[in-house]
Amino acid sequence: MAFEKYDFTPITQSIHQALIENVSPLLTTIIEWTIIGVLYLLFIAVFGLFLVYAERKVCAAFQQRLGPMRVGPWGLLQTIADFIKLLMKELITPKSVDKFLYNLAPFIVIIVPFLTISVIPFAPGLQSLDFDIGIFFVTAVSSVGVIGVLLAGWASNNKYSLIGGMRSGAQIVSYELSVGMSLITMVILAGTMQVSEIVELQRGGWFLFKGHIPALIAFTVFVIAGTAETNRGPFDLAEAESELTAGFHTEYSGIKFAFFFLAEYINLFIVAAMATIVFLGGWMPFHFGDWAAFNNVMDFIPGLVWFFLKVFGIIFLIMWFKWTFPRLRIDQILTLEWKYLLPINLFNILLMATMVLLGWHW
Amino acid sequence: MKSFFNYIAEIFSGVWTLLTGMKVTAKYFFTPWKNVTQQYPENRDTLVMYDRFRGEVIMPHNENNEHKCTGCGLCENACPNGSIEIISKSIVNEEGKKKRIIDQHIYHLGMCTFCNLCVRACPSDAIVMGQKFEHAHWDRSTFTKVLNQPGSKIMEGIKE
Repeated sequence: MAFEKYDFTPITQSIHQALIENVSPLLTTIIEWTIIGVLYLLFIAVFGLFLVYAERKVCAAFQQRLGPMRVGPWGLLQTIADFIKLLMKELITPKSVDKFLYNLAPFIVIIVPFLTISVIPFAPGLQSLDFDIGIFFVTAVSSVGVIGVLLAGWASNNKYSLIGGMRSGAQIVSYELSVGMSLITMVILAGTMQVSEIVELQRGGWFLFKGHIPALIAFTVFVIAGTAETNRGPFDLAEAESELTAGFHTEYSGIKFAFFFLAEYINLFIVAAMATIVFLGGWMPFHFGDWAAFNNVMDFIPGLVWFFLKVFGIIFLIMWFKWTFPRLRIDQILTLEWKYLLPINLFNILLMATMVLLGWHW
Repeated sequence: MKSFFNYIAEIFSGVWTLLTGMKVTAKYFFTPWKNVTQQYPENRDTLVMYDRFRGEVIMPHNENNEHKCTGCGLCENACPNGSIEIISKSIVNEEGKKKRIIDQHIYHLGMCTFCNLCVRACPSDAIVMGQKFEHAHWDRSTFTKVLNQPGSKIMEGIKE
């Protein structure tokens, strides 16, 4: 296969070999952990800043505006300038907050994307943790974020923050169910929870096409529930600007606010990456039937490019939702989840199971 | 059973309305040349304001330095915050009658809220809203303007 030459395994293997020949195994592990940690840190910071810029530009285009244009060419340096501003701002701790929880909350929120990003395969061989329960790990870890949000709302000692945190809690706990169920639907099709295995199984065709109708329903549900899980519009009532000033992060300033902000955008990336891995074949190129020439051309595009193309497609879709739909009320959000998405999902699991049992998928 | 079909129909109609909304924003997104944002200081030379834009109150004069203002003072009465002061003077016209005409139409730009009420009140359409908006100045006294040009007189045929 042509795209095997973009495999990152030789690079990572050679680094590992060089380290293990020269230093002790313990030091090797520590150095490797450090390298991976620094890489993820850099990726999260840079990609988060880029996503904020992209969001502002996309939102502007949806509203017939131009967006940031002044700082750097086409406003490219705008988010960097904003980030520097946030770094230099004073960290204000209001007088009557619960100091320990108040300071703890942003770290819990930012830990979640760091944990979930570890199982995402960016390209062949570019994945730091390959559990056999990768999907389960992602769903389990991503629900830790709600604790941070609730803590932030509670510890701020502010009614708006508390309302925002509680709304966010009710919302995320509900929609966790739909995310999990739609992933289970695809796990039934794949027969495994190992992320690398799931990507490998889509070599012959993406699960969205392999599983056709139930996969399409699961994909729709996953994108809707994923949007809700990341607290983004139209489900952004946890930080509804017009009602709650900023919801749970009202009282936070400077870099602590930046943590919430960054975590939100990296969670958006994680949701898009999970949708890409489970439904759109991860880093697998797009193949069409037996068009050998077309498939060969597609193989020449590296897996990393494919992965990010698909991720940006999903991110664009979610941004499109945010800047089109009006914000839902709390009762409407819970109605959507418990009366619509959940029954559809349960029915869909049944449909998928029947289909897999009878071999009606490709 | 009927409620079940209603449930299904509700889902589809809901998705349909969402797609309609997304079509509208997609049209905006993919036609970026129709954006309404103006890159203001760069396009200053080519900038054209909209007709209904209210920049300042002006009194148009024709080529013979004539305006339409009769000095009736209705604009002064209409102004909610006293931005307009009418100073009139009496003259004796050719028929030997005493007549009140405008001496100075004083306009305080700094107090004006551009509400357009003076223009609406004017019976002879003597004042209109101009398009100029770059009014920033170092000196506050420049915000007090006399709208009728020196030596100007009223046009022929304007009803008093």
